[in-house]
Amino acid sequence: MSENPTAPGLPGDDEPGRRRIGVYICHCGGNISDYVDVARVRAAIADDPDVMVAETTLFACADGQQHTMVHDIQNQHLDGLVVASCSPKLHTTTFRGVSRRADLNPYAYTQVNIREQDSWAHTDDHEGATERAIALVKAGIAKTRLSTPLSPLRVETVPATMVVGGGVTGLRTAIGLADIGLSVIVVEREAELGGWLGRLGPTFPHDTPGRDQIAGLVAQIAQRPTITVLTDAELVGKTGSFGNYTAKVHVRGETTDELRQFQVGTFVIATGADVYSPEVGELGYGIDGVVTLHEFGTLVDEATGGALTWHGRRVRSIAYVYCVGNRQAEGNAYCSKFCCAATVHASIKVSKVDPSIRQFHLHRDVRAYGRYELLYTESRERGSVYLRYPDDAPPAIEQSADGRLAVTLVDALTGPDELTIPVDLVVLVTGMVPRQNEALTSLLKLPTGDDGFYNEIHPKLRPVETVVDGVMIAGACQGPKPANEAVSGGLAAVTQSAGILKRGFAELDPLVATVNEAACTGCGECLTTCPYDAISAYPCDTGQKALVSAANCKGCGGCVPVCPEDAIDLLGYTSAQMLAAIDGLADREPVA
Amino acid sequence: MSDHGGSGEPTPRILVFSTNNISDPGIDLAGSRHLHYPATVSVLAMPCSSGIKPSWILHALQAGQDGVFIASDGEECAYLPDCAERTAHLVTVTQGLMAEQGLEPQRLKMAAVCSVCAEPFAKYMREFAAALSTLGPRPVTAG
Repeated sequence: MSENPTAPGLPGDDEPGRRRIGVYICHCGGNISDYVDVARVRAAIADDPDVMVAETTLFACADGQQHTMVHDIQNQHLDGLVVASCSPKLHTTTFRGVSRRADLNPYAYTQVNIREQDSWAHTDDHEGATERAIALVKAGIAKTRLSTPLSPLRVETVPATMVVGGGVTGLRTAIGLADIGLSVIVVEREAELGGWLGRLGPTFPHDTPGRDQIAGLVAQIAQRPTITVLTDAELVGKTGSFGNYTAKVHVRGETTDELRQFQVGTFVIATGADVYSPEVGELGYGIDGVVTLHEFGTLVDEATGGALTWHGRRVRSIAYVYCVGNRQAEGNAYCSKFCCAATVHASIKVSKVDPSIRQFHLHRDVRAYGRYELLYTESRERGSVYLRYPDDAPPAIEQSADGRLAVTLVDALTGPDELTIPVDLVVLVTGMVPRQNEALTSLLKLPTGDDGFYNEIHPKLRPVETVVDGVMIAGACQGPKPANEAVSGGLAAVTQSAGILKRGFAELDPLVATVNEAACTGCGECLTTCPYDAISAYPCDTGQKALVSAANCKGCGGCVPVCPEDAIDLLGYTSAQMLAAIDGLADREPVA
Repeated sequence: MSDHGGSGEPTPRILVFSTNNISDPGIDLAGSRHLHYPATVSVLAMPCSSGIKPSWILHALQAGQDGVFIASDGEECAYLPDCAERTAHLVTVTQGLMAEQGLEPQRLKMAAVCSVCAEPFAKYMREFAAALSTLGPRPVTAG
């Protein structure tokens, strides 16, 4: 911008060098406007000669408002868009979409974060928050003013997906991928497919044995020649770039180890979870007759002759202790979601084996949600008794002199006196824990949450994508859940993979480094600075000049300060744009 | 310095360079949790802290900021394994240039802020603002 900003151009003027920017300042339904005077923000920027439209809006992301923006861009011939609302992590895609629909270059749009980085951080300082919003919006306008139209980089994609994990989620995902026309490689660490579900008998809610469900999936996979299954195999290498990765898989054979290589476009990580294993002494674990839910399931499924037995003795009463190793103040804080329904279901199975067995469910609250509520009702109708114990006072489990077990608790309804129930078997209702997969986690650079499970980008809006391009997560590796929800995640990952791979190409952000040919002196300082080998030299009259390969450049900008001639710029973050933004924050005209 | 801190004392103006994938989400989280820090803090996000030019920092200090804080990725940077060293080198170079202009090196600070480092970020901001207050106004003002 070399033009001298003199008299403000009237809207409609086509003064050369002037931009036509639309600025939308969001109330976020009060999340912003309760702390920031959005009308004042609008007034502070409305007179900028490059701002053609300045509006406040209740919700910038609402459909109606998006239509209005498209309309404004087209009718007012806008060539820049600034949305001051929430974090760019949430709606950059939304407003780039608005730009595209209005035939505005999406890289002429700038997101300004006046919620997470302003109103919410300064709920105690309305004046300060309003001034900050004005400065941030001015910086956003300054950046947009200097934006240049950019086209996304187009990369060819490989129509193949690698599914890591051969449990119910991975197998169902593989079938979905194959049926949508993608090649699939399933990589399973164990010798057998099936994961936890493959070892289970009848499961809730339909009593179909887990191992039958897995057998059915394996049979379907056998009919699909585009699915390759590797057992005793681990993913050990990932190179390449978005849409075209080289995956290295270590396959352990009986005599030889083999390193196989595959070209894939995306990955679906479905490595599942482990079950919580109580410490010896934790709620009586280690005492004869105290078992985990998983151990108990096997016992019930193997019961024959109308009786449930433990070490040869007939079981006549059972106590289930819920929330073992989950929802703890210290340790695993999360709820494992599946265990209430699984326990309720197990008690129904028990009553079918031997209806005379007395069953006591000692819980904190029963989270048999949705249709599992029907199982809960059925279990009560079959005689199960539910007793609620306080969060901070779990039941005590002891062995009595006659070898039986005694469970003592304070029941919420009959308390505060303690209640002791003699039983033959105590079932510790154990939930899930994250699997130990450090090698895979660090290979793929997958982010994990505080709970140790993998993190998606957004729990509602982007539930299976991760911050790692082309890598999706699904199933219990993402957090504890029942099999049906795990499979839903897998099928979401199928759709997501298809969305990326079925077009045959992908578009990447063109925000890469560029060399100003005229300013480059060919000194070679930058040539060794890029670990991705994106910078090379080419000969010219004066010796050599540097060139950045857009396909290899990751857009980090690490080479930018290395250049002694200031000849490298990162598109979207050019020196001119950053300096203008800094001036915008200071609320002053650019330094010439 | 700005007069809006609520206390009547001018609150130093701080420019933060954050990184899109790591420290900016951490700063977002501070806001999401309504952790308070001075409203004189502005954040500009970049892909990676290794791409910040010393001239931008000098420009910010000349254009009204009392201090510049680089919220770097530490060891977590997805782009560059030596990101921390590169950024630290930029800080050293910049502090040299600042000294030439009579600016105290304490006006430039760098710390790793992770994607869930909400509390540490708010604390850094409060501490940096306090440290800049004791330094007093910038000795050099341009423009």
